[in-house]
Amino acid sequence: MRKAMLGSIRAWGAAILTLAGVAAAPPAALHAQQAPPAPTPAANTVEAIRARGTLVCGVNTGLAGFGAPDAQGRYRGFDVDFCRAVAAAMLGDPERVRFVGTTTQNRFTALQSGEVDLLSRNTTWTFSRDTALGFDFPAVTFYDGQGFMVRADSGVSRGSEIGGATVCVQPGTTTEQNLADWARANRIQVQPVVIERLEEVTGAFFAGRCDVFTTDVSGLAATRAAQGARAEQYRILPDVISKEPLGPAVRQGDPRFADIVRWVHYAMVAAEEFGITSQNVEQAARTDPRPEVQRLLGRTGDLGQMLGLPNDWAVKVIRAVGNYGESFQRNLGPIGIQRGPNRLWTEGGLQYAPPFR
Amino acid sequence: MAPADTTTRVPLDGPVAGVPEAVARRPPVAAVGPIAWARANLFSSWISTAVTLLLAYLIARAAIAFAEWAVVNAIWQVPGNQTQACREVKGIGACWAVVTEKHRFILFGTYPYEEHWRPALVILIFVALYAVSAMRRFWRQELVLVWAGALTLIGILMWGGDSAPRLLPQPWEQLLALALLAGAGFAHVRGWINVAWPAAALVFALLAWAGPVLGLSYVPQERWGGLPITLILATFGLAFAFPLAILVALGRRSGLPAIKTLCVLYVELIRGVPLISLLFMASVMFPLFLPEGMNIDKLLRAQIAIILFAGAYLAEVVRGGLQALPRGQYEAADALGLTYWQKTGLIILPQALRLVIPPLVNTFIGFFKDTSLVLIIGIFDLLTAGKTAIVEPAWQGFGVEVYIFVGVIYFLFCFAMSKYSQNLEAELNRHRRR
Repeated sequence: MRKAMLGSIRAWGAAILTLAGVAAAPPAALHAQQAPPAPTPAANTVEAIRARGTLVCGVNTGLAGFGAPDAQGRYRGFDVDFCRAVAAAMLGDPERVRFVGTTTQNRFTALQSGEVDLLSRNTTWTFSRDTALGFDFPAVTFYDGQGFMVRADSGVSRGSEIGGATVCVQPGTTTEQNLADWARANRIQVQPVVIERLEEVTGAFFAGRCDVFTTDVSGLAATRAAQGARAEQYRILPDVISKEPLGPAVRQGDPRFADIVRWVHYAMVAAEEFGITSQNVEQAARTDPRPEVQRLLGRTGDLGQMLGLPNDWAVKVIRAVGNYGESFQRNLGPIGIQRGPNRLWTEGGLQYAPPFR
Repeated sequence: MAPADTTTRVPLDGPVAGVPEAVARRPPVAAVGPIAWARANLFSSWISTAVTLLLAYLIARAAIAFAEWAVVNAIWQVPGNQTQACREVKGIGACWAVVTEKHRFILFGTYPYEEHWRPALVILIFVALYAVSAMRRFWRQELVLVWAGALTLIGILMWGGDSAPRLLPQPWEQLLALALLAGAGFAHVRGWINVAWPAAALVFALLAWAGPVLGLSYVPQERWGGLPITLILATFGLAFAFPLAILVALGRRSGLPAIKTLCVLYVELIRGVPLISLLFMASVMFPLFLPEGMNIDKLLRAQIAIILFAGAYLAEVVRGGLQALPRGQYEAADALGLTYWQKTGLIILPQALRLVIPPLVNTFIGFFKDTSLVLIIGIFDLLTAGKTAIVEPAWQGFGVEVYIFVGVIYFLFCFAMSKYSQNLEAELNRHRRR
């Protein structure tokens, strides 16, 4: 009797445990089963995003100014703002974004496999990534390039003068390769000191272990600005030895989504050119007399419909994150990055929006 | 145990030998006690005296320097991200302000700020779960129920919202759950089973559907982070890897060639590659094999990789225990006419596992820390969150303080595991003490 009861307890226990086990495995959720099954995302990202109601955006897990969670765990940064801008245009709400942290190793897989819709993670637009890897780079949101930083008292003022110097550099990415190429092309002997982690490589430079520190100019500026009052003791050389056009990436073969991403960026650039900011955009949408502004903000014409969006899409973008300059100043200004080549074309920079008509 | 104790105690304390009770005298201080110990071990010759004094001086200096850095000159708080004060004392004093400012991010990652009480509660539940499981008086069947309940609760707290569709995504699964619940109730009414089981099942079911009622908002998995991620990966990893390891270890000693080959292949393949490459496979290669549009949760993929990896290592540890058992134990069990599973469950495993407690705990501790490798696939575990906390330019350069904070947390968990295993070992191996 007792044995039989024990047996049945065991059997029921097993059944309930299987049930509870299914229920109790928190990481064991299949995301695919929550979202309505998306019809082949490669061809129809826009529909998939609409059906889901959120944009899934791959961002940097930690790069100051571009994408990093703040002390409250909320993602902030220049690339992050761009995700919010796209969400505002497509879904009308900048908060309808799910941010997925990606590393340099898994970012392309995340995009290829459809884990993210949009990769906004300071990714350099290169030939092979655009063609062989099967991505599209709809726009360049930030023109960067590799530069050098030296101590101000070293007396060096040009890249050609660093012959014989020890140069701190991080391995893996193109930075190390660019340095070697540049040194060979200019017949300059340098001694690279390769250190993996950013914090250690900057530590080595500030401790005087190497004479020169090389990485992208934006990174140099941020590192220098973080020194506070001691920033004056370091100088960024004018030489830029590589082209690093950074921008959002999408999967190839979905021109509709690529168009939206591209024109969200151009809307932000054009808004800066027209002097439209997050403060005055509502008013401009009602009263601005300039025909192109009226078309951009959807008062006349139907540019939004051509993109498959409501006509006031640009108003929502600018209200959410501001124009290009506002987003730049808010995120990159505090860490000491100058506009440089990212000024508007009217001010001698490279940021140029095609006409809205 | 009890008889052994009494036999040793009787002749000493009891009046059996008829020895008159002596007045208890204190032992001579010069022969025992701390002073004698110090004299014998630290100051036995002039060389030891010199070495002792030198080392004492060095230790004292290091300790004072550390205390000055960590306490006396330390800065505990700065007004709103103004780290100038910290930069001025750099090298002289610690900037604990970075921990004060960022501790919630380090502990909970990108989890919504207002909802931080949920992961905090999850950490407490984990700790309570470990504490309950550690006590031998709770080692009974119902402990499995406690685990299932606690883990369900953790899932509900972390996800929130309407958890039921997430825990049991398919309608048929929810129906099955309801059917099981009804079945359990029926079984109890008929007097077949104890009331605890249907009651527990009812509680789980209510909890799983109660998310919206409790007012918990939904938090998607990619926003989880910090210590709960580390605990989830380690706990689930080891909880699932351990049974797997036992099966594989038994399989490797099996007489059936197919099973044996399979187990050998599994162990050798998994052990032949580093954990980091398995995580890469799970994170970078695996999604490419899936049909487009189907995504298995990133955390789940990492979790499975960790389970497989830990399983292979633990299997070899368990196999070591199986091999250490004398042949006589197997033969005696066979002679009693026990079946294979009875023999294994009642005779072999209890002895074999007891033998391998030290290497098992060693592997457990190793894996607890190895979970931090998930940083390469962009999951914010405790260590990654700590690293991310210091990318903000204002806080760059205060890595030491953050690493000390994270290190202390890891140490607490690992040290507790290690101490516990020592006690367990002493208790289970009492019969071997000579």
